[in-house]
Order: sequence, then structure tokens, then C-alpha cells
Amino acid sequence: MKTRFFSRFSLPLLAASTLLASCNKNDSAPEPGSLAIEIDHLVGNTPLKLNTGTYTNGLGQPFTVSTFNYYLSNIKLGKADGTEYAEPESYRLIKESDTSTKTFTLENVPAGDYTSLSFTIGVDSARNVAGAQTGALDPTNGMFWSWNSGYIYTKLEGSSPAAGGNQQLLFHIGGFKSPNNTIRIASPSLNGAVLQVRKDRTPAVHLAADVQKMFTGPHVIDFSKLSNTMGGSNSVLVADNQAVGMFRVDHVHAN
Amino acid sequence: MPRRWITTVRPALLGLVGLLAAACTTDADVAPAWEVPGTGTPANFPAPVYAASQNPPTREAFELGRTLFYDPLLSRTGDISCGSCHQQFVAFAHQDHRLSHGVDNLLGTRNAPALQNLRWRSEFLWDGGAKNLETMPLAPLTSPVEMDETLENVLRKLNAAPRYVDQFEQVYGRRPIDSQQLLRALAQFTASLTSSNSRYDHYARHEAGGTLAANELRGLEILRQKCSPCHAGELFTDETYRNNGLDRTFAADSGRAHITGRPQDVGRFQVPSLRNVALTAPYMHDGRLQTLRQVLDHYSDGMVESGTLDAQFRRAGRGPGITLSETEKTDLLAFLHTLTDPTFIQDQRLAEGR
Repeated sequence: MKTRFFSRFSLPLLAASTLLASCNKNDSAPEPGSLAIEIDHLVGNTPLKLNTGTYTNGLGQPFTVSTFNYYLSNIKLGKADGTEYAEPESYRLIKESDTSTKTFTLENVPAGDYTSLSFTIGVDSARNVAGAQTGALDPTNGMFWSWNSGYIYTKLEGSSPAAGGNQQLLFHIGGFKSPNNTIRIASPSLNGAVLQVRKDRTPAVHLAADVQKMFTGPHVIDFSKLSNTMGGSNSVLVADNQAVGMFRVDHVHAN
Repeated sequence: MPRRWITTVRPALLGLVGLLAAACTTDADVAPAWEVPGTGTPANFPAPVYAASQNPPTREAFELGRTLFYDPLLSRTGDISCGSCHQQFVAFAHQDHRLSHGVDNLLGTRNAPALQNLRWRSEFLWDGGAKNLETMPLAPLTSPVEMDETLENVLRKLNAAPRYVDQFEQVYGRRPIDSQQLLRALAQFTASLTSSNSRYDHYARHEAGGTLAANELRGLEILRQKCSPCHAGELFTDETYRNNGLDRTFAADSGRAHITGRPQDVGRFQVPSLRNVALTAPYMHDGRLQTLRQVLDHYSDGMVESGTLDAQFRRAGRGPGITLSETEKTDLLAFLHTLTDPTFIQDQRLAEGR
């Protein structure tokens, strides 16, 4: 009925109906808005500085970091009533070496009051075995294993005198098959904040990702025993740590 | 009209026509209706894993994939192509090579397997490490003992070649060439490698020319009885990983365990298809056996014990193996030769560009 009406009449009428619609709340959903996310990389309380910063793990073993990349995927925003918005095609590769990746915006988020945030650290299993991908999932990003195909979810490289041999730290966390599945979902608390997404309002969530939490938590990582993992059971230890405490919401701007 | 003719003509003739035609004209001139091979599902095959709809075949994309497959530019040294170790006349295996030969004459650690019926496979390589037809080429491409190249550098080289930039743009409608275009173009070719016209296939589909002799039929019966469930079904593999008693320890190559990290997978390798097996010598993951006769002798009397030896090979009161009489071996060998597909190895559409 409505479409018929629209197609028969001309622009002035259309304009009039738009005006009318804005008064009638039940007529259509409110226009979507967006949500900004900004991530700071820390080691403990210190901002991460590639190559030059020296830090210590939970056992007091000093280390430096040369690479810190990870996938942040499948972002979901939850409302108090339990309903959820899942961002489509939600795959981002965050790199300490590329500041632009640490700030991004979710567009076209349905207007609403969101009280929770969750995301995957890594890439869901379906995309691990899907065909050739582009964008964040492009294998040229250096986050894809070719010999055992699948994504490296987190790549942390650096060095530590505590590590044996060449003192290298090589933590390539990935794998999606049981028992060495390292896909983890993080749901850092918004600490009571409500993200009011509106057409003209873009709240901003400031996340803190703490590198040190890869090595502390349920499994204390001793660099003299574990300094090199590329998937497998040792990667699971690190993934478990990441799930527990790597991400926290530092603060929220209502904007 | 020409399309009809081409699809019904006998395989040997097709090859001959292709060769004759090649002398003076291009593909397009000879056979305007020339179709991308391997797009359908043969009547005796199961549904494919990589359906044609996932990467709809077009002649332009297929030809681009074929060009890439045969182009040594994909290797670091510029002298090894996919086709170097995967030769059409032996069903895209590597004739007479125990192990793959890579750049700088480096030897790989495994035998280059036949490339056929890849549409029906969900895991690739002897250890199943590659899990999608499109991303599979990344393994040989980046292996230091095979093509030893990086994906980034291959793209740099392709993007520096105007011919490729044009061809890719024609197919994908944009430039520059990216990794997805490269991998999907390659998959257009690798997915087309359907081998389904052996004499056995004609027999299975009750087609003309599908007559098996008495000894071949006996061989088929023995195979279904004694070589199943591993070499099961119309693809003659169940795609599982099994230890077939080649060694007592697997220090040099742990096989499937390399991927899973599980001790129970040490020494297990993916069961290969038996299609075109008479062409694909040498055999086993490391190419240690030269002839099919040696393979059968291994299964009957040559196996050795190890912790992960497949239970299929346990025999009461004697060492592991498959009990095969001399006559059974002869019959089996006769049957295995009926799995050779001359159409496939002579199909000019799959051959290196002229």
C-alpha cells in the first residue's frame, strides 16, 4: 500500500511524508549511529614502546617487544534487555606499529543504549578455513600460517635474556581445533557505563590491552621454559591468560 | 555445434586436434565453445567440497590460473613453477622424483602428490595442513625448499608485469593485483583438475568403453574387500591419516602430528587417492617405493611395527599387513591400471600455454 502510494506521487509529497514520519515514532526505527573504539597498548601500567621499552613479566624476567599484532573480531554490543548487536564482517588487525589501526569506528550501529561489549581475540574457525580473504584477513598481513593453514591471532615477538638460545621471544598464538583452540572471547566490563548510540552521538570506548597479561593470570609464563610457541598446547596457555585479563575498558566518553 | 562435437569426441582425438590446431592458431580461434574443464560433478562422484559456485569458473579466470600455475615467476629464483613438480602427463605428480625439487636444487621432504579431483578434498598435503583449496598454494609458495617466495613479493612481481595487470583487471575488474585475486585465479585452475574418465569410471557409470576384464573385476573386488576403508569410495581415499607401517620411528617426518601436535598422530599421513596411481610413481609420502608391485609387497609382507600403526593392519598370529596371495596381487595391479585416465593427462586445456 505504502509503496504504491510513494511510487504514484511526486517529490513534494515524499518530503511531506518524511516530515510526518519524524513525528511518528512507531513508523520506522531510529537512524543508526556509530561507536568509536580506541585501544592503548600497555605493559602493566607503562605504555608499550616497541624495541626501546624494557619490561618485566610476572616472574621479574626482563623483556622487550618488537612486534605486537592481534586480531579483534566479531564485536558485539549488548543491551540491558539481553538483545545484542553483532557487527557484520567484523575483523580488524590491530598493530602497535600502526597507530591508525588502534582507533576505529563501528558504523551503522542501531541506535540504542548498550551496556556490554564483547569481541573475539583471534579469528573465528569458519574464517580460518575459508578461501582467500582480503582486508584485515589478507594473508599478506603476515598473520597467516601457510604450512598449517589458519590465522595467527596474536603475534608477539621480542627478546628476553631469560629465554634460552638466541634470547628471542616468539609468541604466535593461533589454532582453532580442539584441544588447541586458542580463539578467546573477551568481555571487558564497561564498569556501569552505558553507550548511548544515536544518529548524532558517537560514544567512544577506550580499551587498554596489557601485554603483560599474556604472561600472567591462570598460567605464569616463565621465559626460560617457554619463549617460542606457534600454536599448540603452549599457545593455549597464553590464550587462557589473554582471555582473563588482557583487555579492560579504561574509560568511556559519552560524547 | 562445435561445442557438441568437442564434448562427445573421444579423448585422444581431442588431444590430437588441440596439438594440430596449436600450430597455427590460438585456442579461441580453434574452439570458440571451449569450456572450462572440471566444473561439473561426474555421476559417480559425491558432491564436491569446493563447489563451482564458490569460484564460478570462467574461461578468462581459468586461463589466468593456468598461466600462473605454469609460471616460474612465482618462485624466488624464477625457475620453479607449480607445474615443475606437478606434470600433467603423470596426473600432475612429479615423475621419477622421490622428493620435491625446489629452488636452488633444494630437496623437499615429501613426494609431490598428484593434483586431481581437488574439488572433493577438504584437507591438503600429506599432513592435511592446508585446509582450503584457495589457500593451499601458500604452502609450496613460501616453503624454503620449494618456491621460497613471499606472497608480497609474488604480488610485486605480478604487478610489475603489465600483461598480468591487464589480465587480472579483465577478470576481476580492478587493479592492483591482490592476494585474493591471485589465490582465486590459481584455484580456478586447480579446481578444474577433475579426473573422472578412466576405464573404471566408464564401467562405474555403465558407459560405452566401460568393460573390465575378469582379472580387473577380481582386482576391484579385492580392493573393495582388503583396501577399504582407506581407499574407499569413488575417489579411492577416505581422506583419513594413517600409519601404514613404513618405519619404526618418524623422527624425520612426524606426518599428521606435525599439524596436530598429538602423539597418536605421529607417523600418520593422508591416504592418497588411487586414481591414476599407475602414473604417479614413486609412492608413499617420501617416494621410497618405485613400483606398484613394491607397494603391494610392502602391504603384504613389508610392514614394521610402531606405536601408531593403523589397526587395519593387525593380523592374528603374525606381523602387521594385508594378506594378499600372488594371484590377488596380479589382479589388483590389473585393476589399478583401469584407474588411469587418458583424457585427463591429454586434455590440452590443462596443458601449459603455448
